[in-house]
Amino acid sequence: MTIAEHTPSEAEIDGLIGGAERVMSRDNAVLRMSEAEAGALSLSPEHEFGDQKMIINMGPSHPSTHGVLRLMLEMEGETVLRSKPIIGYLHTGMEKTGEQLTYLQGGTNVTRMDYSSPLFTELAFSLAVENLLGLEIPERATWIRMMMTELNRMASHLLFMATNGMDLGAVSMMIYGWREREPLLRFFEKVTGLRMNHNYIRPGGVAADLHDGWQEDLLEYLEMLEPRLDEYHILMNGQPIWRDRLQGVGVINEAECLALGTTGPILRSAGSSWDLRRDMPYLAYDQVDFAIPVGEYGDCFDRYAIRLAEIEESIKIVRQCIEKMPSGDYRAQNKKVTPPPRGRIDESMEALIHHFKIFTEGFKVPAGETYAAVESPRGELGVYIVSDGSSTPYRMHVRAPSFVNLQTLPHLMENGLLADAVAVISSVDPIMGEVDR
Amino acid sequence: MILAQQQYLSDFDWTSWDPVFLVVKVVLVFSMLLVSVMLMVWFERKVVSDMQNRIGPNVAGPWGILQTLADGIKLFFKEDLTPDGADKFVFKLSPYLSLIPAFLMFAVVPIGGNFRDGNDGSVEIFGHTTFLQLVDPPMGILLFLAMSGLGIYGVMLAGWSSGSKYPLLGSVRASAQMVSYEAALGLSLAAVFLTSGSLSTNEIVASQVDGRFGIGGWNVFSLGFIPFVVFLIAGTAELNRPPFDLVEAEQELVGGFHTEYSSLRFSLFFLAEFMNVVTMAAIIVTLFFGGPDGPILTSTFGFVWPILWFFLKVLVFLFIFVWFRATLPRLRYDQLMDLGWKVLIPFSLGWFLILAAIRVGQNEGWNLWIVIPVGITVMGLGAGLLTAAIRNARANRSNADFVEEYG
Repeated sequence: MTIAEHTPSEAEIDGLIGGAERVMSRDNAVLRMSEAEAGALSLSPEHEFGDQKMIINMGPSHPSTHGVLRLMLEMEGETVLRSKPIIGYLHTGMEKTGEQLTYLQGGTNVTRMDYSSPLFTELAFSLAVENLLGLEIPERATWIRMMMTELNRMASHLLFMATNGMDLGAVSMMIYGWREREPLLRFFEKVTGLRMNHNYIRPGGVAADLHDGWQEDLLEYLEMLEPRLDEYHILMNGQPIWRDRLQGVGVINEAECLALGTTGPILRSAGSSWDLRRDMPYLAYDQVDFAIPVGEYGDCFDRYAIRLAEIEESIKIVRQCIEKMPSGDYRAQNKKVTPPPRGRIDESMEALIHHFKIFTEGFKVPAGETYAAVESPRGELGVYIVSDGSSTPYRMHVRAPSFVNLQTLPHLMENGLLADAVAVISSVDPIMGEVDR
Repeated sequence: MILAQQQYLSDFDWTSWDPVFLVVKVVLVFSMLLVSVMLMVWFERKVVSDMQNRIGPNVAGPWGILQTLADGIKLFFKEDLTPDGADKFVFKLSPYLSLIPAFLMFAVVPIGGNFRDGNDGSVEIFGHTTFLQLVDPPMGILLFLAMSGLGIYGVMLAGWSSGSKYPLLGSVRASAQMVSYEAALGLSLAAVFLTSGSLSTNEIVASQVDGRFGIGGWNVFSLGFIPFVVFLIAGTAELNRPPFDLVEAEQELVGGFHTEYSSLRFSLFFLAEFMNVVTMAAIIVTLFFGGPDGPILTSTFGFVWPILWFFLKVLVFLFIFVWFRATLPRLRYDQLMDLGWKVLIPFSLGWFLILAAIRVGQNEGWNLWIVIPVGITVMGLGAGLLTAAIRNARANRSNADFVEEYG
């Protein structure tokens, strides 16, 4: 699968540079001092800091930092003057670990990065490996992948609805978001065997075919979900406090987004209609009909509304997948890459050997490098793999959208209140497993 | 305004003063309050659970009703920590500063008694004639205001003395919030005093029932809803309940003023908070809903029915507080201030002035058909000017921000 090339126009490049300069050159956009220095400053009474300002460490264990994000906030009263995200508390060296694991084992590793939308990392990884192998996968596998990732997008955005509501003090929203996500996880469990960290999308296809009656399961779920989303509209969008808390908070414009490399709902909230599903179609996205919701003001409310609208668009895609799901094989029957069917192992020595080789040594991938990107719920999720021809990657790098989007935080939080900072973290929706890898 | 006519101390018949009876009353009110707090915590958790499609506490006791007791016992046995940076004396003192006013506040609430047909709400118990309230001082409602103001010292000092940053922010928020909302609270109360002509809770209730048929005399109707709505909102803010729980704001301040508290000291804050909720509901009922008065059955079975009416009405408001919590997101600090100063205070002040004009008109024999429209027009004009001023100021400010940021 090739990825269409996108050459930015001159105007776009100008916008990029202008935006970058404005963000980066603005004084104190990021706290440019070490933590020790800042700590010492906040204690010394002689410094301008002394009486008026204080440094607050928000996290790594704080109820609204979504895991282990740590923020150093320079505050004057309730106003956040400058902020600095500090990451690495969840660093487990997954990219390095990826170099030790075979391509077949790789899925188990990458799926643990973005734990709220694990199928996307699996998908990007599999697409990259298939790029290197030059492997064509059956149509049914493609559609299953598309449907499952869209369901995963819904699950991830529902989780966002939950955490966003909770961070703003609407505690019931937390439960409602989880309530709607739960049947999806149950469906995932039925299909993949696990609620999270599925390792379901693998190089060559998917791990298992859909179970009997999956259409009914899904249709029943979608029937239930649609009215619930309408309730969200009443409970949240029609709520003056909710609007006041989000509108005009954490504003970012398109040039600033591009300068910071931001993708996903944050970029779209600033008015840029950029979605890899439409602009660099992978899987079968060119065969389904869906809209890309775009915001106007680039504030937290737009980011929230876009995610809510994306759930609705995903429902559309899933419905089309249910209608158009082709029959056929759920994985490529390539004996060097995909394990043979269980039945063949008993009858064929060859199959047994292949099975053994795939699960011990792994399959070899031709030397070369590749990059495959998908539109995850958080933005462009890319996997870059360099292969030296062995059965493990020479280098694997994940372009994690959470990590890139996280650098908008100091910009978005500047001169907001502490409560706005919470809303901003929530609306960026970082998954720390993916940030730290 | 004519205040209480009741001559309290000078006319007091000291010969009938019975210390034993007084102690019995104190103990009764005290234990009733504690039990109601226990039930309130359980009620809140159950109702919120129901609204969130959960089951809630269901293990301790029937329907989990003893959950609060279990939690209390657990807290009792927890280690009591005092941070190194804390001001130890104030740190240990402040839970009591919160708790004691919370207890005292309930003393002025009349929980029963028949006020209909010329009765003054007193009942006969064991040969004693008494009001069904602990005390009825002539300045009863001022005691409530003073105590709720004092309770804030507990919250403020707790945050300040913890020697930690999040509690400090919480205590700053607490003091600002209380100053703003106490004003709105007081202004809506002024409307009540205007009609009742008294600060004594007993007489406020009596004035709502006095010689009127049905429930039309309740202040909520006779004052035209606005003082009640303002009082409900300001009271919720006074209680630090959602959507005004900025002082604790778990998602922002990790618990706010009580972040550093543990064990029994924490539970004292917790107790005070829920006690205040019960008291506030009772005060709302007293001021605006005729206290223990009911539309029917006020004198059947002696003093039982008024008490039932009272608790029923309190329960409704407790439910409303819980409902707020389950539904509304939290306001931001500046929005809270805006709501207090730019909406509630002008509204209650304007409404108070209209009521006062009507009152004066009645006394002077003016034509009310002129007084009311003129009053409303003047207030509408004032509201328009205020809105324009606020909008103008906001536009100027955002313009200044823009210039500052982008040149």
